Amino acid sequence: MTKSLGLSGMQKGRRWALAGLAAVAFAGNALAEGNPKDPYEGFNRAMFSVNEVIDKYAAKPVAQVYDNVAPLPVKAGVGNFFGNVGDLWIGVNSALQGKLGDAGVDVGRLLINSTVGIFGLFDVASELGLEKHDEDFGQTLAVWGVGSGGYLFWPIIGPRNVRDTGGWAVDSFADPVWQVTDVPVRNSLVGVRFVDIRASLLPADKVVEEGALDKYAYIRDAYQQRRRNQIFDGRPPRLDD
Amino acid sequence: MFDCSVMKKLFTLFFACFVSGAAFAQEAPDALVQRVTDDVLEIIRKDKDIQNGDTHKVIELVDKKVLPNFNFTHMTALALGKEWRKASPQQQQQLTSEFKTLLVRTYSNALTGYKNQKVVYKPFKMAPTDTDVLVRTEVNQPGGKPVQLDYSLEKLDGGWKVYDVVVAGISLVTNYRDQFGQEVRNGGIDGLIASIAAKNKSLEAAPKK
Repeated sequence: MTKSLGLSGMQKGRRWALAGLAAVAFAGNALAEGNPKDPYEGFNRAMFSVNEVIDKYAAKPVAQVYDNVAPLPVKAGVGNFFGNVGDLWIGVNSALQGKLGDAGVDVGRLLINSTVGIFGLFDVASELGLEKHDEDFGQTLAVWGVGSGGYLFWPIIGPRNVRDTGGWAVDSFADPVWQVTDVPVRNSLVGVRFVDIRASLLPADKVVEEGALDKYAYIRDAYQQRRRNQIFDGRPPRLDD
Repeated sequence: MFDCSVMKKLFTLFFACFVSGAAFAQEAPDALVQRVTDDVLEIIRKDKDIQNGDTHKVIELVDKKVLPNFNFTHMTALALGKEWRKASPQQQQQLTSEFKTLLVRTYSNALTGYKNQKVVYKPFKMAPTDTDVLVRTEVNQPGGKPVQLDYSLEKLDGGWKVYDVVVAGISLVTNYRDQFGQEVRNGGIDGLIASIAAKNKSLEAAPKK
């Protein structure tokens, strides 16, 4: 049990996530509602409302300021930097899914962008034709045949089914940013990355706000379509209508 | 002697066939997507009002350039899924008209949300007998992940028509299916028509941003 003494914040975070998950799983049986795609709809809609408030008063305004104030080269540099930080773990997941060629490309990208691309600020590898991939542990689990489990909506981290919630916990363990030992630096990096990700979603806001009859359902169904697309690397087999 | 009006009709018919033949039937689906996309992006790039978020102007642009290439009846049927067959022909027409307005707005927002974007056209191959194809493009932005933007097209008498637009794996059409199904369960087909119409009205009334 000596290991538990060294629990990092992230591990605690994961414990909380797992505890929450267990609670939901129990509550789910009692709360089961109509839509088979969304067995925990009551819980999810409540969490969605909480997240809407957090987003409206904190996350979105900060992202908007960042988007308006930061010049394009800065935004591009920030996006590239965190993209580069993620490429090693993307490579690991490519390998775990048996895509060794992709994994080689991912590692090649990391090497080129960390050096020629000056600590990842410039995405030289893409210019050279080394395509960036989109992988995470949730996708790896899906490729391994793990079922998706029910759909969940979490505050802050948003929509994730049970499988992707577990995947997210593992992604967070492996995340280099969370390994930074200097706590203020680490927290700044986590914060900037969060703002960068939120800012990248600003264009989608208007599509959802103006397009959806029910925003919660629109986001849920978009998440499910998008994950399916990611798991099949952009080429999902066609569904029958 | 030839009747003059018959001559005129024949000539018009011949001319119409010739024009539509030249403009549509011979244009491959990937060429069509590329031409329309390049056209629209070029206008957006030059138009300061659109860059400043003038939604009405974008909708006008989409209306003129993009709409003629979309098959909205098919899109609406796809969005409704099995509920489509429950609607009478008149209801189907109303649904198509309301959904068209909503979708044009969604598509316009998706199109103009991205600044400094560059569209890359993926390699495209089709057999001469194909009547249903997928044209793949990718939107690249500095510092961002590339966004996949795919179009499904079908071959009709008037040429190739788009019946689905998929952004980052999310179909702007089928993503409505559950919401529409819910509305039909609550208020029938007429309830759904009323809901979409109300949504369109609220957007139309909203102040320009």
